[in-house]
Amino acid sequence: MIDASSFLMVMPELILTGAGLILLMVAAYVGDRSTSAVSWFSVFSLLAAGLSIIQAPQGVAFDGLYRADAFSAFAKALIYISAAVSIIVAPRFFAQGGAPRAEYPLLIVFSSVGMGMMVSAADLLTLYVGLELTSLSSYVLASFMRKDTRSAEAGLKYFVLGALASGILLYGMSLLYGFTGTTGFDGIATAMADGISNGELFGLVFVLAGLAFKISAVPFHMWTPDVYEGSPTPVTAFFASAPKVAAMGLTVRVAVEAMGPGSSAWQQIIIFLALASIVLGGIAAINQTNIKRLLAYSSINNVGFALIGLAAGTQEGVAAVMSYLAIYVVMTLGSFVCVLQMRDADGNPVEDIASLSGLSQSRKGLAAAFAIFMFSLAGIPPLFGFWAKFLVFDAAVGAGLTALAAIGIAASVIGAFYYLKIVKTMYFDDPAPEYARGGSFVENGIITVCAAIIVLGYLLNPMLDSATAAAAQALF
Amino acid sequence: MNQLDFPILSLMLTVPMIAAFACLYVEAQAARMIALLATLANLALGLLLWANFDTAADAAQWQFTEFAPIFGRFAWAMGIDGIALMLIMLTVFLMPICIGASWVSIDKRVGEYMAAFLFMETLMIGVFAAQDIFLFYIFFEAGLIPMYLIIGIWGGANRIYASYKFFLYTLLGSVLMLIAMLWMVREADTTSIPVLLEYDFPAHAQNWLWLAFFASFAVKMPMWPVHTWLPDAHVQAPTAGSVILAGVLLKMGGYGFIRFSLPMFPQASADLAWLVFGLSMVAVVYTSLVALVQSDMKKLIAYSSVAHMAIVTAGLFAFNQQGIEGAMMVMLGHGLVSGALFLCVGVIYDRLHTREIGRYGGLSINMPRYAVLFLLFTMASVGLPGTSNFVGELLSLVGVYEASSWVAFICGTGVILGAAYMLYLYRRICYGEQVNKDAAAMSDLSMRELWLLAPIAAVVLWMGVYPESFLEPMRKDVMTIAARMEPAKPAGDAQFKIGTAKAAEPQAHHAAEGEAH
Repeated sequence: MIDASSFLMVMPELILTGAGLILLMVAAYVGDRSTSAVSWFSVFSLLAAGLSIIQAPQGVAFDGLYRADAFSAFAKALIYISAAVSIIVAPRFFAQGGAPRAEYPLLIVFSSVGMGMMVSAADLLTLYVGLELTSLSSYVLASFMRKDTRSAEAGLKYFVLGALASGILLYGMSLLYGFTGTTGFDGIATAMADGISNGELFGLVFVLAGLAFKISAVPFHMWTPDVYEGSPTPVTAFFASAPKVAAMGLTVRVAVEAMGPGSSAWQQIIIFLALASIVLGGIAAINQTNIKRLLAYSSINNVGFALIGLAAGTQEGVAAVMSYLAIYVVMTLGSFVCVLQMRDADGNPVEDIASLSGLSQSRKGLAAAFAIFMFSLAGIPPLFGFWAKFLVFDAAVGAGLTALAAIGIAASVIGAFYYLKIVKTMYFDDPAPEYARGGSFVENGIITVCAAIIVLGYLLNPMLDSATAAAAQALF
Repeated sequence: MNQLDFPILSLMLTVPMIAAFACLYVEAQAARMIALLATLANLALGLLLWANFDTAADAAQWQFTEFAPIFGRFAWAMGIDGIALMLIMLTVFLMPICIGASWVSIDKRVGEYMAAFLFMETLMIGVFAAQDIFLFYIFFEAGLIPMYLIIGIWGGANRIYASYKFFLYTLLGSVLMLIAMLWMVREADTTSIPVLLEYDFPAHAQNWLWLAFFASFAVKMPMWPVHTWLPDAHVQAPTAGSVILAGVLLKMGGYGFIRFSLPMFPQASADLAWLVFGLSMVAVVYTSLVALVQSDMKKLIAYSSVAHMAIVTAGLFAFNQQGIEGAMMVMLGHGLVSGALFLCVGVIYDRLHTREIGRYGGLSINMPRYAVLFLLFTMASVGLPGTSNFVGELLSLVGVYEASSWVAFICGTGVILGAAYMLYLYRRICYGEQVNKDAAAMSDLSMRELWLLAPIAAVVLWMGVYPESFLEPMRKDVMTIAARMEPAKPAGDAQFKIGTAKAAEPQAHHAAEGEAH
């Protein structure tokens, strides 16, 4: 039975959908002159959706299709913030290649609706609808610079491989439905409670493979470097943050809520995905010369660490994953906004790592912030990135996976090497031609805030701990 | 709260931190002044700390404690015992000297340089003062960042390779320690180091935990065969970087053994003492021989550091009070002497810009004051009675002798080999013909350089003549550790028998103070 409370629960999605549709009309009739206004209204609607999470009641809506709980609230907050930042930093980038177009903020808003559905899904069908809404927006975003062949290539690659992954996912879902007789997460868990059959196991493997593609875990990561490199930088910043959070949140929810009884089956898969991502994400990044490709491998590497928390399979592990995602989003957004500052004298974006040479002498503040993000991504204390890794490894040790933790943390040293390479380029090498000056006030502000969070983050620990603990509690 | 009415340890961490931020925003000369004043202020605070440290028999083990649970899973917990006090004193004493040593020789990016050093000071004091195991780890690891930058930006020609090697080597060593810490904290359900010190970890886990800590501290120390990052880092680092690296950073490894490995895993320490002894013996002989054939001054002193640190590790695992006290004294003495030797190298490097020993010679003719001080530190490094290192080396070898006479015998050769390579170095630099004209034309020590070396010389002699000042604050804590390890103590091969005293005339007791135990 559908009652009014269901609509209250989906308030964030309703706000975003309404705003998206209205702004779409504005964009269609007013044209690109409205870009600035549409962008700001999109940001406001994201903030309004974020605020509505606090007010919206929690529970199960629409006969078990949709669930609003502390977990989804936490994930949505991260998603909306990342999406808003991706919109805010875009205009200057797109202004370079002609007038910025109004579709950009709209696509991000629609994508955010889909991501909200993903993390709130309580049914395989909701999951799929949310995932596809996000993906379709993402394909268009990736090829947003129509005249740029790299961007078009990125969009096409993303689309073909994404469709393949969706197919795998759907196949797994159909198997699960066939063998459990339901698409609801609770129903699947009940069916699996007394041991899982072979058919269920196959379904589980295919679903996880499809989701691994979306979080770009090795060996389903191949699209990531190409798409990250080819997409416009603000879009890459978006891909590396919001959809990552949504897909990780979704994976956690499916693994724990729907497949909880089969945890011994998926735990091995997650452990393999985690270690493979950490090692390959570290090694493959070493020889990259393009900063966006490097950050793509960095995101693969980071997904591996987050998955270690999921491999633990405990409530603490899920809390650690959420903390990891929160800290990761801050580091990633900060890094990409730094990448946005890389532009040559004519204002064209530069992506070559070598062009960062000697940045510490020409742009002290930018270099310091970038170095902070790199050291933090490498997990060196006292920066906050260390705490993210600390929590997932702590959860793994708590679940008795000491060997996994030891191997994972030893492999993190490989990753440290390429982050250090960036710092080395900025601080030790002789200066390269200076970047164009005149960063916007907003972008510098975002970099400053992110860097401050990374440096002083430990003071947020009590807050982060209670928020993630509540989020994890909701799944168990 | 503590003997003083303000949180002195936090203040000692804050002063250099604030000064570091200030240095980033000012001109070169102002940055130098800020750094010097901040480090001197910290030295004054350190002296205040020492003066107020209670060494009475019934004094608390942990003094100047602070506790603020502001980080959720771990706390801002500070506090020191005598061992930490002495290492903090070493740090605050060397820092102004490091700043002084960089006064002229660093002329590019001065503000950042001073900031890196001041951050480093905060982190080093933090390592020794932390009472929370995770806080300790954070300080311990964070030190990599400023040191990486110091070597990489202001280092020599091959600085980038050296900085990478330093960073990755020590990081790889440390990460396993973190996993062990996570396990320990779950097992004992506390992050407080004083509580963990009392906790008996199950015997089957001790070996694994010990090995994880060993991986970290052995690299930091460094022990053979994971010492290879040290010569590279030393050679490429600027003078002050070498001083702080040899003077304090290496001591973190020894401090880690004293604070964690020995008292927390006594059984594993006993079971694996053979490993430490074996590596120490190899290190003493091998690195001494390597030092003998170096043609680069800094490399020679770097290898001698490895040999001296091997005596420290052997002494620590002797399982008795002499061994641990001796190890602490070697660490303090070596911190001063190797720091001073690197400064001596820096003095002539600044004039001729080469570290090749063959490019010098006969400096005692044109640089008499330099030659005298250099001789003093050479002798101290050799372990001549009356200097700091004699006390430490004697005590640790006596301690080791109780555990194993063979280990003591082989480690004892280190003293002889040490004399060989140090005297050979001194002869080639200060004595002989003045074959190189440019070296013969170098001017003697300036006032600034004299002020850098003279205080170290004074303390080296003080420590050699009256070591009780330094042993007294540590004694009770060393005894606590020795008592903690007593149940696991392996039987030594030295079977001491107490004979009956002859009824002879009373003999004046004038042996070196250290032997009095």
